[in-house]
Amino acid sequence: MKLKPLGGEIWTKPFKVLLLLAVIAGIFIIRRFIFGLGAVTHLNDGYPWGMWIVYDVVTGTAIACGGYAMAILVYIFNRGKYHPLVRSALLASLFGYTLAGVSIVLDVGRYWQLHNVFMPGYYNPHSVMFEVASCIALYIFVMWVEFSPAFAEQMKREKLHNFLNKIMFIFLGLGVLLPTMHQSSLGSLIIVAGEKLSPLFQTMWIPLLFLITAILMGYSMVIVESILSSVGFKRPIESNILARLSRLIPFLLVIFLIIRFADIIIRGEIGLMFSFNLASIMFIIETILFLIPMVILFSEKNRGRSQMLFISAVLMILAGALYRFDVFIVVFNPGHGYHYFPAFQEIMITVGIIAMEIMGYLIFVKRLPVFPEVKHA
Amino acid sequence: MNIERRDFFKILSIGALTAAGSKSVQARDWQYTGRPPKAPALLYDSTLCIGCKACEVGCKKANGLDLDHSDLEKTFGVSNTWDCADDLDTNSWLKIKLYKNGDASVKDRETDGFAFMRSACMHCVEPDCQSVCPTSALLKDPETGIVSWDVDACCGCRYCQVACPFAIPKFEYEKAFPKIEKCFLCEHRLAEGQITGCSEACPTGATLFGEYETILAEAKRRLAVKEGDTYDYPVHTLESGVTKPRPAAKYINHVYGEKDGGGTQYIVLSAVPFSKLGLPKLPEHSSSSKSEALQHGLYQGLIAPIVLFGGLAAAAFRNVRQEEKEERRAQDEA
Repeated sequence: MKLKPLGGEIWTKPFKVLLLLAVIAGIFIIRRFIFGLGAVTHLNDGYPWGMWIVYDVVTGTAIACGGYAMAILVYIFNRGKYHPLVRSALLASLFGYTLAGVSIVLDVGRYWQLHNVFMPGYYNPHSVMFEVASCIALYIFVMWVEFSPAFAEQMKREKLHNFLNKIMFIFLGLGVLLPTMHQSSLGSLIIVAGEKLSPLFQTMWIPLLFLITAILMGYSMVIVESILSSVGFKRPIESNILARLSRLIPFLLVIFLIIRFADIIIRGEIGLMFSFNLASIMFIIETILFLIPMVILFSEKNRGRSQMLFISAVLMILAGALYRFDVFIVVFNPGHGYHYFPAFQEIMITVGIIAMEIMGYLIFVKRLPVFPEVKHA
Repeated sequence: MNIERRDFFKILSIGALTAAGSKSVQARDWQYTGRPPKAPALLYDSTLCIGCKACEVGCKKANGLDLDHSDLEKTFGVSNTWDCADDLDTNSWLKIKLYKNGDASVKDRETDGFAFMRSACMHCVEPDCQSVCPTSALLKDPETGIVSWDVDACCGCRYCQVACPFAIPKFEYEKAFPKIEKCFLCEHRLAEGQITGCSEACPTGATLFGEYETILAEAKRRLAVKEGDTYDYPVHTLESGVTKPRPAAKYINHVYGEKDGGGTQYIVLSAVPFSKLGLPKLPEHSSSSKSEALQHGLYQGLIAPIVLFGGLAAAAFRNVRQEEKEERRAQDEA
């Protein structure tokens, strides 16, 4: 299998739109640094974590689990047939995580002391945040190393390429270990909030639930991204591989739903599901969103149809994203009359960051060997 | 075992040693040790509070904070008379709040009554804020038990705000260089042998300052008094010599903070249910004790991650090599 740059114009119309969104975000980011977080966000003492943490970091990195999910399949379970999807999935993850890192710098109030998280004398290994921060920071580095053979290939540095290949197993190992650790810990972050979260959501099993949904969102994103690039770059859809890949989704979903419901039932809180307050309604909506892709993808016929694949993958991502938003914002209730809905500028900064991710992706796939060569018959 | 495999395990063991060695670097490690024996503490007796807010002003004076004024005050030009912040914020570390129900005709009654609540940092025995702080900026002093904040450590992530069950730490969202603010139990005054600004200002003894053990004993004495019997309530401190006799209220038989959420150094008595005063019902141990037990269980000595990494890297090593072989074979055939 040979990978090749797609080539083509970078300075396209969609690219200009993305750039405009990024520039708008840039202006608001400057405002944030001059006037403080309150000038561009609706964050408050009750809802200290909003759009940026919950979308850009908690949800964004889960969506960016494609690279991780594919690495598990290809390098750990040795399913070589999925190899054509690996590098493009990794690339999307690379930008997803890198910009999540950028969002953290925007979000923390005292960014000039952010390094204290890792400094001897300051770091606090008791904090879940310590683990999340260390693993994400290290994983961003690991992913750039995992992607580096693309640069070596493009610049025809064979020696460097061979060297990278020799040591790559270390980074592949880390590339699976680190997301396993921090994607689960992103869920553990909320355990300390205790009573602020409804017992339907607050559970000691939340790290496992977050990990499974992150892997599910990763596979779904690989499907979405693969179909979108096929359409966008006018390449044949890898429908065979995608159909096989999507078999995993309903099985993982069943495991997820069994753990989630068994835990709630064993804790004796299942009655809360029918109290029809905010927590209960969001829980029901989530469950339905998780069930639809599960039902669709159990059918082999559906798995063979790109449209069905695409719809169920999108629904799966939405379900996982809603789960995260519910836990950290919608169902999270700090009491004392606090409310939160993201401000316009806050949303636009997130939009701009997503635009930057897509721009980076577009430049890289056009100029670096990411996608497999299409063999014309 | 081939050479590469052996090298690989060598690398692994070096990694494990480094990880184990780094444990000794933790300069600020802490453990839950319960309340320090001479811990300074506060008792707030809601039934004694008249809602005068003298404590708020005392707090602001003691800590050099500006008085806040409502829009109404500003409109009528009666500024500098009293403190009027809406709620706890970065400039108001202590707030008297009102519980009101129905026609609010009788004090300390749940229905058709009212009661006051003093809202401020509880200086928890197992502080969730300290447990979650990734830079050890929030620390409970091992001698005084005061939970303080280090300006040179904090990175402003606000995890403390997510964690605190009492919604105490406040953050300066409107500033470019923000800080976290909350009650530090007048650490600077205690060091000079004085008592906290709030307890010094309180005219009724509703806020009482003292060592935790004696303060708790006082709280329990009050719970033992029969409703309506006269009791000599001490003012400022137990030893101040100033007492105000008055009939005891119908207390709820519970000292909030003795055990709630792992215990606090600021304890509360009340005649209306504590939940009505904004004090959450908490289990006997802090939420952070749960998340810490989970994290420590999973990551004890980094053994599980290192073993997992070993397995993953070995699998990746094998699979990448196999792939290379196949590719070479394919090339040779072609």
